[in-house]
Amino acid sequence: MRVDASVPAIQLLGVSQRFGDYVAIQGVNLEARAGEFVAVVGPTGCGKSTVLNIVAGLRPPTEGEVRIFGEPLSGLNRLAGYLFQADSLFPWKTALGNVMLGLLLRGEGEAAAREQARAWLAKVGLAGFENHYPHQLSGGMKKRVAIAQVLILRPKILLMDEPFGALDVQTRQLMENELLALWQEDKKTVLFVTHDLEEAIALADRVVVFSAGPASRIVGDFKVELPRPRDVAEVRLTEDFLKIHREIWSLLREEVMRAHAR
Amino acid sequence: MRARVRTLQALLLLFLVLGWEFSVRIGWVDAFFFSKPSDIAARIAEWFRSGEIYGHLWITLWETLLAFAIGTVFGVAMGLWLALAPTASAVLDPFIKAMNSIPRVILAPIFTLWFGLGVASKVALGVTLVFFVAFFNTYQGIKEVNPVVLANARMLGASGRELLRHVYLPSAASWIFSSLRTSIGFAVIGAVVGEYLGAAKGLGYLISQAEGVFDTTGVFAGMVVLAVFVVLLDWAVSRVEARLLVWRPEPGREGGTV
Repeated sequence: MRVDASVPAIQLLGVSQRFGDYVAIQGVNLEARAGEFVAVVGPTGCGKSTVLNIVAGLRPPTEGEVRIFGEPLSGLNRLAGYLFQADSLFPWKTALGNVMLGLLLRGEGEAAAREQARAWLAKVGLAGFENHYPHQLSGGMKKRVAIAQVLILRPKILLMDEPFGALDVQTRQLMENELLALWQEDKKTVLFVTHDLEEAIALADRVVVFSAGPASRIVGDFKVELPRPRDVAEVRLTEDFLKIHREIWSLLREEVMRAHAR
Repeated sequence: MRARVRTLQALLLLFLVLGWEFSVRIGWVDAFFFSKPSDIAARIAEWFRSGEIYGHLWITLWETLLAFAIGTVFGVAMGLWLALAPTASAVLDPFIKAMNSIPRVILAPIFTLWFGLGVASKVALGVTLVFFVAFFNTYQGIKEVNPVVLANARMLGASGRELLRHVYLPSAASWIFSSLRTSIGFAVIGAVVGEYLGAAKGLGYLISQAEGVFDTTGVFAGMVVLAVFVVLLDWAVSRVEARLLVWRPEPGREGGTV
């Protein structure tokens, strides 16, 4: 399937989400071009995850419309893969079983699915761990399995909810670089939620800033024109990075302060 | 550590048995009411040598297994259904609580009336006990499914039956298995109490017969056979459980290597 480059991969039009009386996000308009890596930052509790769940189709918005490659979204978003913040692996399946599940659910044959899953585990550096259960793997390894589990289905859109938040700094930078390398291969559209501004700038083409909740909305939208391929550790030390960081932080800081004042 | 515990257990058992034996021999307690270990052992040996016990054992085992199987199948099915159908669950909730509050022993005479003195009435009694254990554990297991894992399965393309197979059932499995250990005990209780209150065969009948003629040795011998019988069944279930739940982390060993 060739996608028309002029049609945005993700388009939110006046989207609001309420949980009972609580308004999580209000009047959000957001676009991501096909192949664009968009990071969403904002203070804790600003409804960033809500946006991902809406794009994933896990929860329809209370108001507004979601379009995926121009088509209105109803039900689950079949073009999206979702990398969750918390552990999302099936603890009763081995690493291999976890990675091949999506293929089996799509009707792929057992043998073919196994073969592909093996290749993907090798690709994320886990060859030899096929028969390990999640509880036998470290945090970073579990994230790698989760990444393989999602990417094996070749989603056009990748939704990531602070996927590396629970990892230590070294593992985290390693995983960020690996993610960029994987993304560079076929340039999926990525919506990456994080509260870490440095991570957002290091990874993304664009950084979108949400205001403090409740009733969060988008208060800033910044282009990150740092050259690719990037190394997430090195790019942080460049003058351009610091300049963008200062610019976005001056906006984000106000929102963080407001969130804390509540 | 393990060997030490085993040694202490053996010593404790020896102490209790010898203490009992000698208390009777030197006349501290009356053998008429308490019998004594040597007599009980002799009685058990006699039962097995004459082959008299096998018929009773077999009947009790059969009743236990039937009650266990039927109660578990219905309990798990009902637990699945109600956990996944909130309306039905809300409607049936008071009925289930009411039924579960009935002391099962008082059902035994009715079941004897309905199903006769044979195997069926004991199985029915066991089923009423096993069903609720399996039901509540399955229900709880399904309710405690990790919502993130569930959302992940849906994003990977699972729906309906596939969610049941890949998420709900495996997730509830550890609950269901812990219920099986309890259930097998309840199935034995159902069978033995049923036999005790009216039967022509079985361990419960054996004990009740002995009691009828003030044969305390026979009562204690029946209890010992029954206890060993339950321990063996429980061991069998736990072996099956260990085989099927290999994915579960051992307590305190979560994390693995970096």
